[in-house]
Amino acid sequence: MTTLTLTRSRVSRKDPDRYKQGTARWVVLALVVLTAALVLVPFLIMVMNAFKSPADYSGNGPLAWPESFQLDGLKNYWQQVHFEGKLLNSIIISGSVAMLGVVLSLLNAYALGVGRVRGRIWITGLFLLANMISQEALVYPLYSMAKSFGLYNSRLSVIIIFTVIQSAFGTYLLASVLGTFPKALLEAAALDGAGRWTTLWRVVVPTVRPTLSVLLIFFFIWTWNEFFIPLVMLIDNSTQTVPLALASLQGDRLMDATTTNAGALISLLPTVVFFLIFQRTLTRGVTVGAVK
Amino acid sequence: MTRGKAGFWWYLLPGAVAFTAIVAVPFGANLYLSLTKWSGIGDPRWIGLDNYTRLLRDDVFWTSFRNTAAMVIAMVVIPTLIGLVLSATLFDVIGRRFGQKTASFLRATFYLPQVLPVVVAGILWGWLLRPDGAVNAVGRAIGLGEHDWLGDPKTALPMVMLVLIWVQIGYPVVIFMAALQRVDPDLYEAAEIDGAGWFRRFQAITLPQIRPETFVVALTCTIAALKVFGPIWALTRGGPNNATTVPSYFAYNAFFNKLQVGYGAAVATALTLVIVVVSIGFLKVQGRVEES
Repeated sequence: MTTLTLTRSRVSRKDPDRYKQGTARWVVLALVVLTAALVLVPFLIMVMNAFKSPADYSGNGPLAWPESFQLDGLKNYWQQVHFEGKLLNSIIISGSVAMLGVVLSLLNAYALGVGRVRGRIWITGLFLLANMISQEALVYPLYSMAKSFGLYNSRLSVIIIFTVIQSAFGTYLLASVLGTFPKALLEAAALDGAGRWTTLWRVVVPTVRPTLSVLLIFFFIWTWNEFFIPLVMLIDNSTQTVPLALASLQGDRLMDATTTNAGALISLLPTVVFFLIFQRTLTRGVTVGAVK
Repeated sequence: MTRGKAGFWWYLLPGAVAFTAIVAVPFGANLYLSLTKWSGIGDPRWIGLDNYTRLLRDDVFWTSFRNTAAMVIAMVVIPTLIGLVLSATLFDVIGRRFGQKTASFLRATFYLPQVLPVVVAGILWGWLLRPDGAVNAVGRAIGLGEHDWLGDPKTALPMVMLVLIWVQIGYPVVIFMAALQRVDPDLYEAAEIDGAGWFRRFQAITLPQIRPETFVVALTCTIAALKVFGPIWALTRGGPNNATTVPSYFAYNAFFNKLQVGYGAAVATALTLVIVVVSIGFLKVQGRVEES
């Protein structure tokens, strides 16, 4: 933050006489804006067609501006897949995974980063390795296990699996953050007679709360967007998530063009809203992840 | 705190149990299955390394790994290169001459495709590229005629790559822009006073300064490219004629469509092995570069 303000004041002070290429910068701006527009075009076409009536679409094609804004496609899609149910499933699954995953990562990382248990480098390495295993190499045994425990086609199966998978990354990240936890704070807590459990919740958690909230948001959105394991585990209307609903309807080839676009629009709205709310935390979080 | 470290083991217990049940045991079971012939019903029959020798002779398996190379180009090489140029431009030119707000807005635009569930992106593009979709409507309007982009084995893979570039581009942009905040503005000032042009500054300051992030982006995107599944499922189901199949889709298909569980398990194991080897190779190279 400080470097940012520094840069800005420095530039504005010297700005007037320093830049000779007055037109060049407009060319650069135009090029970047053009690239951004190219990224946006698919979204615009989707929104346009989501609000058309099927007759308007078949008459005027995908590129024409809608004759009138119809909500039929959106309503159609919503009713066809019982979208409110999918939304609830996605919220339950992603919310549970986010909370449980953060708690599990925290417990692991507390032992590894603060407790410095023997062999912690190897244990952290195992968590890193767990990150690399492709889900395909776990999916069939997990599928058989879920069937034999009566958890197949249940939200709980997906919650358990992703809590563990996400916390592999969370443990790896948090362990390195807690590895640099200030010794003085821990010693002060010990002098006050606090045990490990109390120290964790009263001293460690409040200090690393920003990192925990970044993890919480990441786990939520990653789980929301997951596709492969939910595709295998969740097979009917009562359990499927938002992305799966669109995919399975597309798989059935039941959708006309306007419903496809309306479905895509409804399905991406929750994540876009979520992104707008947490934009600052997310972009900061991407950096946390990148610096290791 | 001073009572020794043994008590910290209790904090690893939930994680250890969870990882054993959800990662270690399934991974071991998958390894075992890869040495058997099994349709998913009845008992697996031990056949030793037959699945692996069969893999080496299977053209589709080699095609899937060749296509993985294409995924790496589309998800790592091109987005990283474009991301470097875009982020440096946004930071160095747009941010300083048109204001931080403009730069942040453009950054958010590039990041937008990263936010949506990737399978939703796949379905949207699947419709855009359909014979009666929007891309062909543009083609007709400007007199280029139409083409079955995803149905023609020659164009299917390039189209999948295009979609993945569109999805990926925002990730390096966000990470690199965050990394650039760290660079001392004095360096740019000094270089400019010495008469260094934009490209020279990019080469001599930007690139070396954000090398750690470039490694992280390249590694995480490479792992993602090796694991890619959702877009293939939504766009082409590996077709036409296996032209766009990838290892993860190949494994999924063996497991759940062809009911060749042992063979699918062998593919998944091979994929995991490749991911681990590539990741370790990456970390080794990074270590050596950082030393020198």
